[in-house]
Amino acid sequence: MNMITRLLLAVTALGALSAATAQNQPRHSGDNFPPPRQADYEIQTPTRLEDYFSKSVSGAISPDNDGFIGRWTILEPISKPNRSNTVFTDSYLNHVLDSVYFKGQMTVIPRDGDKVKVDGKKLMWHSLDSKLYNVKLYRFAAALKKPVYGIIFWAVTVIDCPEDMEGVRLSAGSNSASKWWLDGEEILMLSGDRRMVADNAASRPLTLTKGKHVLRCAVINGPGMSDFCVRFIDNDGNPVKNISISNQ
Amino acid sequence: MKSIYLHSSVALVALLLSSLPLMAQTGAPYIHDPSTIMECDGKYYTFGTGGGGLISEDGWNWHGGAERPGGGAAPDVIKIGDRYLIAYSATGGGLGGGHAGRVLTMWNKTLDSSSPDFQYTEPVEVASSLDDEDCDAIDAGLLLDPTTGRLWLSYGTYFGFIRMVELDPATGRRMEGNEPVNVAIDCEATDLIYRDGWYYLLGTHGTCCDGPNSTYNIVVGRSRNVTGPYVDNMGREMLKGGGKMVIAARNRKTGPGHFGRYIVDDGVEKMSFHYEADFDRGGRSVLAILPLLWKNDWPVAGENLPDGTYEIQSERRGYALELAVDFVRMDVPRVPFWQPVTEPVEPIESQTLEDVADTWPEGDIDIRIGDYMFRPHQRWNISAINDCPGYLGGQYYKILIDGTERALATAPDATVTTVPKFTGAPEQLWRIDQLTDGTYRIMPKYVAGHDEPLALIAVADSTPALGKFDADSDNSKWTFHNH
Repeated sequence: MNMITRLLLAVTALGALSAATAQNQPRHSGDNFPPPRQADYEIQTPTRLEDYFSKSVSGAISPDNDGFIGRWTILEPISKPNRSNTVFTDSYLNHVLDSVYFKGQMTVIPRDGDKVKVDGKKLMWHSLDSKLYNVKLYRFAAALKKPVYGIIFWAVTVIDCPEDMEGVRLSAGSNSASKWWLDGEEILMLSGDRRMVADNAASRPLTLTKGKHVLRCAVINGPGMSDFCVRFIDNDGNPVKNISISNQ
Repeated sequence: MKSIYLHSSVALVALLLSSLPLMAQTGAPYIHDPSTIMECDGKYYTFGTGGGGLISEDGWNWHGGAERPGGGAAPDVIKIGDRYLIAYSATGGGLGGGHAGRVLTMWNKTLDSSSPDFQYTEPVEVASSLDDEDCDAIDAGLLLDPTTGRLWLSYGTYFGFIRMVELDPATGRRMEGNEPVNVAIDCEATDLIYRDGWYYLLGTHGTCCDGPNSTYNIVVGRSRNVTGPYVDNMGREMLKGGGKMVIAARNRKTGPGHFGRYIVDDGVEKMSFHYEADFDRGGRSVLAILPLLWKNDWPVAGENLPDGTYEIQSERRGYALELAVDFVRMDVPRVPFWQPVTEPVEPIESQTLEDVADTWPEGDIDIRIGDYMFRPHQRWNISAINDCPGYLGGQYYKILIDGTERALATAPDATVTTVPKFTGAPEQLWRIDQLTDGTYRIMPKYVAGHDEPLALIAVADSTPALGKFDADSDNSKWTFHNH
């Protein structure tokens, strides 16, 4: 949701209301309508990471029953202020998400607790298992008391295939825009001001050879509840579940 | 030429009398997040974000003046018994820096602010969200379940879940002990409706409030249970972002959002919503009302009939409405199909009005229904009338034989005929509603000596008449084709 524009709309509407009511005062029972709650900049419901994630343990896990991939090593958000998500054109994303923010950005397989330096600030990687089918990046950032708006998230996971798989596609949804790389090759981009929808876009058919593959994504958001969900689907659109997922 | 007027003069008259194509509504229909349209004492009402709302005497021409206190965003209204229950959200939506939202309800005996009965009750809070929880309690939608009499409220926005709670239909308060149920994510302006054993959750996806660039669109999921799970046509849960498109941008208007359903008649339904930007109104947010269609038990936006020249086809047998005049044969050489082609094949010109008009009588000409042969006596020019009151979501049309001013009209004995010249008289004006199955109902505005509504029907394959509309009968249904 673009809260800035919504705020502008509401301010405009409330202004119009004031003008209208000045001319034609509504009649109602008293003037005791509940006042709007005062803005409370102390978060009333602080996010607890354990409500959304558990710490990854060593070894590998399977996708969930629908094939969604839940184990990720996620970097604390990189600041990228955007007042609106309407800027997320293909060209903008190609420029911003292909930019280099930290060393080894497209090659590193991070471990939990590793740190990278971005614009002089150290950001930490966190190896987590989502408790949901999707990965709630907003909650990840909120729980760590990091910026939740105007950010880029990076996440990495490792897929282990027991056999060669031909014709599979990566199928993803993200809030907001995102890019996806498999073994360093860009395979999917979701552009525009998007909300997360399962199977919102899919890559071209891929061949996953037997063994490990590194899946990497970057999710960018201005104002909004960042998250993503992703899985592999086969030729018939069915989820690929016979893979294992690890952090290394 | 007898009843033929020069094409240029017909075109000029058409230009003067016709509306702009596919307008949303006329008047000053400026609103955002219109509540479900309510009829009260012969007028239509809808309320919007920020307070206040619109009124219409005919359902087509709208102006400001509806009164709703409390401000806030995206209200909804439902009539329960002889009272109106209004739900609205006072805060939230990211306003004031947070998502601490509150949904309130209040009653009024009337929506007419000039009535002595017009008085809102004290609003009560029925749902809320704390700052930064996985919900933002704004954008109310109300459903009175016709199968159980239970009252439900949906609310929420992009910030987390869309939730439902149950309200007491007698008080409008939250049912004691009721806990919210998550039913969707990533929507705004949800609404709940019921039809034929299905509950439908409609929500708005896309980008709000960005004028001509707003990608707002209305999607739907359905469930056999009122509390879900709601799934789309792909079986994808709305809790995973699922939703089947009901309407997106069209006809120089972007950003449809905030669905509301209005059942006009058996087989005739309308959907209200706003466009974020009407390009023909400077990109303002406007109220829109379109036919609501049902295809395979899924709702989808229909379309008011655009001006044009059409075959008017009866759904009874598929014959077409035509003047009861001599069929003028086309005198062209007939070539046996088995004869070898030895010369270049040349096209045959279609029969024109000038070819046949001299054979038509002056004065009124009866109509009938016959085999469609794309002949001049079967081609009807249909255009909306701009300068007379309309009806809910539509304008009256004139229906002329193409290229002439000969108009379809009702006669005093409740029959249907054509008159040589369109004058704008009420018996020459026609209401055309797209039905829930995508076909159309054609109704005269006025039939002398008859107060009950009548529709153009087929009483036999070739015989049109005026009669009572029956949504279950193809006798009452028509389609328009330009071919």
